Amino acid sequence: MTDRPETDPAAGAPPRPPGRLYRAWDSDLAYAFRHSPVALVSAFVTLVLVLGAVLAPWIAPYDPFNPATLNLMNGFTPPGQTNAITGDTFLLGSDDQGRDVLSTILFGLRISLFVGVAAVLFALSLGVSLGLIAAYVGGWTETIIMRIADVQLTFPAILVAMLIFGVAKGITPVEYRDQVAIWTLILAIGLSDWVQFARVVRGATLVEKNKEYVQAARLIGRSPVAIMVRHILPNVLSPVLVIATISLALAIIAEATLSFLGVGAPPTEPSLGTLIRIGQGFLFSGEWWILFFPACTLLALALSVNLLGDWLRDALNPRLR
Amino acid sequence: MLSFILRRVLQSVLVLLVTGLVAFAMFRYVGDPVDTMLGQERTVADIERLRENLGLNDPFFVQYWDFLGRAVQGDFGISYRQGRPVGEIIAERLPATLELAAVSGVFALGFGIVLGIFTAIRRRGTAANVIMTLSLIGVSLPTFLIGILLIYVFSVELGWLPSYGRGEVTWVSGWPTGFLTSSGLSALILPAITLGLYQMTLIMRLVRSEMLEVLRTDYIRFARARGLRDRTVHFRHALKNTLVPVITVTGLQLGSIIAFAIITETVFQWPGVGLLFINAIQFVDIPVMAAYLMLISVMFVGINLVVDLLYVAIDPRLRAEGKAA
Repeated sequence: MTDRPETDPAAGAPPRPPGRLYRAWDSDLAYAFRHSPVALVSAFVTLVLVLGAVLAPWIAPYDPFNPATLNLMNGFTPPGQTNAITGDTFLLGSDDQGRDVLSTILFGLRISLFVGVAAVLFALSLGVSLGLIAAYVGGWTETIIMRIADVQLTFPAILVAMLIFGVAKGITPVEYRDQVAIWTLILAIGLSDWVQFARVVRGATLVEKNKEYVQAARLIGRSPVAIMVRHILPNVLSPVLVIATISLALAIIAEATLSFLGVGAPPTEPSLGTLIRIGQGFLFSGEWWILFFPACTLLALALSVNLLGDWLRDALNPRLR
Repeated sequence: MLSFILRRVLQSVLVLLVTGLVAFAMFRYVGDPVDTMLGQERTVADIERLRENLGLNDPFFVQYWDFLGRAVQGDFGISYRQGRPVGEIIAERLPATLELAAVSGVFALGFGIVLGIFTAIRRRGTAANVIMTLSLIGVSLPTFLIGILLIYVFSVELGWLPSYGRGEVTWVSGWPTGFLTSSGLSALILPAITLGLYQMTLIMRLVRSEMLEVLRTDYIRFARARGLRDRTVHFRHALKNTLVPVITVTGLQLGSIIAFAIITETVFQWPGVGLLFINAIQFVDIPVMAAYLMLISVMFVGINLVVDLLYVAIDPRLRAEGKAA
């Protein structure tokens, strides 16, 4: 990192302010990104998987959830081989009901990613707001919020998520359970994960709120909400970004775990975890591809997001520079 | 020192009361017990009488107090699904989980410490690098995939070890144990590795980084200067000082082992409380869920408390700080 070009803003303003895009490209973060093979590879894998998930309805070779297009005769076709009866070919094979494994993976990826991202966004908004409020308001509010956080932190997140899922399932009327299962899952994983955000934001806010710019904002009569959102929030967001990325990997694994255990995404909307659960049943009968490909996809997704998070943490850590 | 212990105990009691409240709220408000217990043919008078008998008309905190009182005696009501007392079902299932957790804890601790020392001493060696890389993958692999992988290799392909169940159990003074039969022992291996692998990598990385830190200190250099053998320096001087944080982390991980046992037990159909809990969620068996929550919170809070107190007992520096404060 010794040959890094001088981009320190304190070194004097450049003669002509360069464009936004150029500044982003020229930033320390982008430089570190371009020179880290791990970051490049994992970003590429993540991008491919996200694209596959987003474009699933258009690029999937079959529609795996339309009963009209399914043919039971296609069941258990090995990858790349032509089914002797129907003459159909499946790149990654087909499952017991004749569904194309590649298509179910693409749609499963869609659900896994959706649940993961939504849960992290939910946890992020909840945690950041509570952390900001706790630190800025202080007193009883802070004590209550942070005690709840401490109690919740005593238990592993996955256990909390399971409990919330179970209770939410109990509250939902039976006939709606499968329909809202995805949202229940998001709620459960999100609620199990907000503590991290709240603790980090609270810590950073405690430092920021005594700085002069906050006092100045208070003096000119801005409302507490405006000070929290417009003045403090932008200054405490950078650690939140790191936690969000690592949380995403954890949320994806949590979702897969819950679905694998049968307490997550319903069979009508299978996520990668549900697909692995289904595939496990065929482990002993030799249809390895029903399990193998969803498992690899999940692994690639979790690993690449995880590595991106690790890289981001190191890249944003000033002590490591 | 005494005030520290008191404060920690008080905190623990508070956490237990809060989780008890959550469990009670689940028990009381999720699903109507009257609905479940009375059939379709019922009158308003029937409902009222049952409500009165069950104490459902009492004030909230009276009910909560009753619930806690019964919970302390191991009475968690009747399972909706099995129609038997929840306390009885859990007591039946708990030995299986405890045995599994104990074996994987020993596995994680033993291999974690040995591999941690090895990778710290042979820092630049190929074997150490391979182990470190593998541990990175091990951390990213979800527990259930590790279980499936092990089943595939050792049960499906090699056919060496059973893939589900607990094998044959023998009863030793009211405790069903799998330790005494060969089928029980072989059934333990795969679940124990699955459950302990994550904690093992964690302990290994911790021991390694602590060891590297300690090996740089002056007293180690002095020990080397005295001409002590490498083995004496590593094991008698360095290892001792790496173990303090290891004990804390191990203690805290013990709780995680019990929680993650849920996943392992499902993969291997191990007849423990974790599997019971998952089935309870699937079938919305609220009394079982509430009881499991109480059980696990007692374990967690107890473990945390013991670890905190142990920490003070082991590290003289902390005791000195406690006195100064």
